[in-house]
Amino acid sequence: MTKVRIPPTLRNEVGGERELIGEGETVREVLEDVAGRYPALQAQLFEEGTLAPFVNVYLGGEDVRTLDGLETRVNGASVILLPAMAGGC
Amino acid sequence: MLKTADSLLALVGNTPLVELSRFAPGPVRVFAKLEAQNPTGSIKDRVAKAMIDAAEASGELQPGRRLLEPTSGNTGISLALVAKLRGYPLTCVMPENATDERRRVLRLFGAEVIDSPGDQGSNGAVRLALELAERDPSWFMPFQYANEANPRAHYEGTGAEIVEALDRVDVLVAGLGTGGTLMGTGARLRESFPDVVVAAAEPLPGESVMGLRSLADGYVPPILDVEKLDRKILVSNEQSVRGLRDLLDAEGVFGGVSAGAVAHVARQLAGELEEGVVVCILADGGWKYLSADFWEADDVEQSMERTVWW
Repeated sequence: MTKVRIPPTLRNEVGGERELIGEGETVREVLEDVAGRYPALQAQLFEEGTLAPFVNVYLGGEDVRTLDGLETRVNGASVILLPAMAGGC
Repeated sequence: MLKTADSLLALVGNTPLVELSRFAPGPVRVFAKLEAQNPTGSIKDRVAKAMIDAAEASGELQPGRRLLEPTSGNTGISLALVAKLRGYPLTCVMPENATDERRRVLRLFGAEVIDSPGDQGSNGAVRLALELAERDPSWFMPFQYANEANPRAHYEGTGAEIVEALDRVDVLVAGLGTGGTLMGTGARLRESFPDVVVAAAEPLPGESVMGLRSLADGYVPPILDVEKLDRKILVSNEQSVRGLRDLLDAEGVFGGVSAGAVAHVARQLAGELEEGVVVCILADGGWKYLSADFWEADDVEQSMERTVWW
């Protein structure tokens, strides 16, 4: 059971929920479980089986792109989804 | 070391490294590069100078053109200094909720400020600046997000200076904004220390600054290649402020919000090692944040929600 935090940008796709629960061993399985219930979310998160470019996925506060990507094992940590935002001041 | 300088621009870079042995005690040595000691008080002096130098050298930027840049503060202030000394007018596009000090400093330096929607954060400033530049070709936009002179300033400056100062670096930590610091400094450090871990500290934005209508409005700076980062770690505003306060209490180093975040991550990663050297780059000082509410707030996170901090 993994918590998935949903950013404001994606809440319309999930009926306004701020947080969802997904099942699975890896980040991919958890996200596919959640997105299976919300097809609109599926379309936003994935592009040809990989993460869409403007979605950042964090496990335990670390970007999965610098871990093992979607195959990163969740091991009880929670997932945060964020839109890619420009930083830099 | 220069005894005298012919212009403030000659004093950009060559910032000191100080060991943080009280902030991060233990077998791992942690050093901070104090970018607040640049002429306008931030690391962006390096970037602004490098971008204008490159544009002048290529002939793209000539007298008579006006400069335009999206910036929530530091880059604007650095560009304002360079623009003043080189004789270009400057306009900055800035989210309306950036702190007043930033606006005031920019105006004092002679720059104009155009507001972009606060709830769109830096993305909103980037979008508006790109629109303005497209409509009127008399603007020259250095555009730090896509300008190769940005990472190059850190490759040739920040990174080279660290390599010259230290015999060993195991971890580099810097704040993730445009990606310029991490890309350029990281590339230079990897040449001398092939196993160095390049770690980004990234702000966890407040809900109300994530007002993007859809993911398609997202933005990844063209100069940022996430593949070149070994770690990319979210830091909450509350953790950043705790880092900032601990730095001040333990070392007397008064950093800005991103400096607090970077120090927090440096301490965390130092804790993962048995021995070695961690270098963190503190981008600015705390002075420009004094008018912010978080210093006295009971709920730090909530008090910082509505602003983009780096």
